[in-house]
Amino acid sequence: MNGRRSFLRGFFAVLLSGGAIEGVLKLIPSKAYGKEVARTGKWYGYGVSVDKCIGCARCMDACKNENNVPREPFFVRTWVERYITRKNGQTIVKAIAPGDEAMPEAASDRTILRSFFVPKLCNQCANPPCVQVCPVGATFQTADGVVLVNEKTCIGCRYCIQACPYGARYLHPVSHTADKCTFCYHRISQGQLPACVEVCPTQTRIFGDLNAAASPMSRFLRMNKIHTLKPGLNTEPKVFYANLDGEVR
Amino acid sequence: MGKFFEKFPDPLARLIVVVSALVALGAFAYFVLIPKPVKDIEMQWSDAIKREKARPVRYAGFQVCEECHGEIHNKKKTGYHRDLSCETCHGPAKAHAENPDNTKPVIPTARTFCPQCHAYNPSRPRGFPQINPVAHNPLKPCSSCHNPHDPKPPTTPKECSACHGEIARMKAVSHHVQLECTVCHEAPQQHKVSPRSVKPSKPQTREFCGKCHGKDTKEKLAANAPKIDMAEHGEKYVCWQCHYPHSPEVEQ
Repeated sequence: MNGRRSFLRGFFAVLLSGGAIEGVLKLIPSKAYGKEVARTGKWYGYGVSVDKCIGCARCMDACKNENNVPREPFFVRTWVERYITRKNGQTIVKAIAPGDEAMPEAASDRTILRSFFVPKLCNQCANPPCVQVCPVGATFQTADGVVLVNEKTCIGCRYCIQACPYGARYLHPVSHTADKCTFCYHRISQGQLPACVEVCPTQTRIFGDLNAAASPMSRFLRMNKIHTLKPGLNTEPKVFYANLDGEVR
Repeated sequence: MGKFFEKFPDPLARLIVVVSALVALGAFAYFVLIPKPVKDIEMQWSDAIKREKARPVRYAGFQVCEECHGEIHNKKKTGYHRDLSCETCHGPAKAHAENPDNTKPVIPTARTFCPQCHAYNPSRPRGFPQINPVAHNPLKPCSSCHNPHDPKPPTTPKECSACHGEIARMKAVSHHVQLECTVCHEAPQQHKVSPRSVKPSKPQTREFCGKCHGKDTKEKLAANAPKIDMAEHGEKYVCWQCHYPHSPEVEQ
């Protein structure tokens, strides 16, 4: 009799204390709750219409001109991938380079099911893994959502290059710091378009403020079926793809 | 109180003095010696943003060129290249916009330039105008037929060879070299836009060839053409079963 009473008393005490702990936890401000705040001001985004891309690599050329990216083909802030899916389900992905020979012989290759180009660049994630891993705080997100690298404090440890799930970063061979697409921050802060958007001959690339009510960017998001790259990683990319093939990662 | 200090061990007192001296030294170093920009990450970031914003702009943007090159702009805005920025082909032109006399943007004339967009590539979207640079009017600069500011498919019949290069080259060394393609083929304007759905006509009858090659033709064009009696010469067949019209055989 006594044993049962004390057991129940203890049991209810535990229940109450659990509730108390939860109550205390709710009082502590948590990062997860803070994220729901509505964005004000500029919040830049980028659109890519995959089926408009002709793979001319003008964007890659313009990016290198504008941002002093080394001319060697493996240093790129933006690049274009050529996808070739064969009838047996195998997919070949190859980054193209300006001045590549078009491969007309592929037209007679009956094993090819479909083929297309996909432009890629830094996704300027709202939840960027590269910023999380930087040990010295050299890479950070600006108030308008662009992820930048502070080359004065970057120690060139390449951790961010490893962490980026999109392969958007490279180590600059001269400064030995991490380098990446900045949405041409010097241009957009003056109200101009990024260089790649400027030169794209088919309007594959679209840029704008996601908070703007009427802009080419908001129209792009309204009029297309949109997908982002690797949405399962919760990086919340701000580069949106229209008509993206499922093979593209 | 005095008793407490009497009891306080001497080594501990010395240790406290040393530790507090170290703490003071550390605090001095942190608050006084180390400059604020090294400690303050917000400050480093705003510096980085300032540096990023100060980078030089190379591409002037599509609105700038119009001010001086209005004529070209007006021509371009009605053509197929209306959505192209000038700098897509002419390269970065901010320096030129600021100092028009000293720096000139490039004018790409090489035959390798236009095919960067217009060479046939099966990965390009369907309907995008593409050519095979090897077969398409070899060695001729693109601008000799197409105005890059207002590109159009050229008019027939002069440039049938643009697509039908093999036939054109064969005809060029044949006896039919003087004949325009339109003498025998009628090519509707629509054929240039959708070449596969609207096809040019082909001669259907023996009498068509007979207009020039018949015994008693009055055709001026055929003054020197070989003549045959249509009634006797291969009457059971149409001409092109034996003769290839783009390269008719040399008479012996």
